Amino acid sequence: MDWDALWLSVRLAAATTTILLAIGIPLAYWIVFSPRRWKILVEAVVALPLVLPPTVLGFYVLVAIGPNSPVGRLYARLVGHGLPFTFEGLLVASVLYSLPFAVQPFSAEFAAVDRRLLEVSWTLGLSRAATFVRVVLPLSVRGLVTGIVLSFAHTLGEFGVVLMVGGNLPGATRTVSISIYDAVQSLDYAAAARTSFVLLVISFVILTATYSLQRSAWVKLRT
Amino acid sequence: MGQTADLSVDVTQRLDAAPQPFVVAPSFDVALPPGAIVVLFGPSGAGKTTILRQLAGLERPDRGVIRAGGATWCDVGRGVWVPPQQRRVGLVLQQPSLFPHISVRGNIFYGRRASGGADAQELSRLLGSLGVDAWLDRRPRTLSGGEAQRVALARALAHAPQIALLDEPFASLDTPTRTRLRGDVRQLLRRTGTPAVFVTHDRAEAMALGDRIVVVLAGRVRQVGGVADVFSRPIDADVAAALGVEAVLAARVVAASGGVLTIAVGGRTIHVAEREPLDVGTNVFACIRAEDVTIEMRSPAHASARNHLAARVASITTEGVFDRVTLDCGFTLDALITHQSREELGLVPGAEVAAAIKATAVHLVPLA
Repeated sequence: MDWDALWLSVRLAAATTTILLAIGIPLAYWIVFSPRRWKILVEAVVALPLVLPPTVLGFYVLVAIGPNSPVGRLYARLVGHGLPFTFEGLLVASVLYSLPFAVQPFSAEFAAVDRRLLEVSWTLGLSRAATFVRVVLPLSVRGLVTGIVLSFAHTLGEFGVVLMVGGNLPGATRTVSISIYDAVQSLDYAAAARTSFVLLVISFVILTATYSLQRSAWVKLRT
Repeated sequence: MGQTADLSVDVTQRLDAAPQPFVVAPSFDVALPPGAIVVLFGPSGAGKTTILRQLAGLERPDRGVIRAGGATWCDVGRGVWVPPQQRRVGLVLQQPSLFPHISVRGNIFYGRRASGGADAQELSRLLGSLGVDAWLDRRPRTLSGGEAQRVALARALAHAPQIALLDEPFASLDTPTRTRLRGDVRQLLRRTGTPAVFVTHDRAEAMALGDRIVVVLAGRVRQVGGVADVFSRPIDADVAAALGVEAVLAARVVAASGGVLTIAVGGRTIHVAEREPLDVGTNVFACIRAEDVTIEMRSPAHASARNHLAARVASITTEGVFDRVTLDCGFTLDALITHQSREELGLVPGAEVAAAIKATAVHLVPLA
């Protein structure tokens, strides 16, 4: 059992989910409430990771953060080392890869809030931002929880992007899925089975807990 | 009227609504003294709700000016736009639209942190008169339609709006609830001195609540005036069709006995079959269709007969196969008769006749 790899995956998933909450909520808000026509383009870009093979996404991220790109060079000058094959590089790739798993449930739930509630709130003197915090967010608990859990679980299980961007450095970029792949490659089926089973149990527990929580949160809100 | 107008609207807005674009271009001036109700009346789809939303700042006109109570809310040419947050309007919609995740109390106090509002004493009177004080800890979901709408009214009035904007607030309620709420709202607006703009397509509601009535047809304002004036003297055939073809007479119940009400209209009395119990002294509008008025030659027997009013023919106009005979019997009343009857009676302007009205043909709308 590769506990280091599991711990790394959990850290990566937690960090990715936190960042997705911070950028996903404003992005989803903008997609739902902006009158701009070209927001459709942004929606499409956000959804791309759903259809692109992880290797394609990983390839572009690798090129974008590599030493030959301006971003990569700037980062290297500021921090002292490059992004590829580091935990931070992996984090950037994971955030992009899981973006639709956060933004889509958020925006679907924001859009489902009765617009009349927002308008009444505005006439009662509350700004758009205050209305968002006091009406839209509380009524979107279900979508927020869904987005958080999907992002977390999706990052925990990602493989292709990690392989492209992170490689296989123990303690830095060797996530649990890479560890399982390695074990199988070296014909250590017992190790692969143990790690796989732990990952299966963790994922199942997270999803079960979420769904039951979501139901009670939902029931509390709507009743 | 224009010089003392408290609400002055002259805007144009194109809506890209299906199946075809629709232009809402209201233009009217109306006084809004404290507690007065201005009714926006018109058929469904006429644009009444859009006008109300323009007043609330929820729709943005393409051009034009909206002024209310001395402030300019919108002046597209000069780039003036006051957002809904700063207009201090009390919005109540057909659906109560309460915030489902907070209690009744939370709903009523929702706007007060942002906008101040009625003081504590006034607020508790408000809650008491609407009867919502008993439900403060309940969730909106547990309220009936009428209760929820009372909470929505309390929420709108709790932040002491400059104008209440009511969009068919009673349309989805049953008749007894609607009638009761109508009276309560009228009283409440009077007591708090809050003027209101009230959207409805219901004639009885327009008559019962309106101090002034603004007739809206196909996105435009066609007539503005007092209720009796507008209903009795529509300016053209379109307005008349929208309002219904009835004489609407301001009247007062002066006696009630044995299922018959006696009402006084312009110094005359008419007997009316009692459909709903009304107290003596109640102010009403009496609605009489021209088809239900018959004309007879005056004879001594008529002096004592019920609902036979001495009248003089004021004018006669031809309407297709009928003649519309306008009678002066202390008030103005139209009778619709055939050409044949007119010839048999030998009617000419100035003729002295008797107008007969069946007691069951008079419909009364009590003022709220």
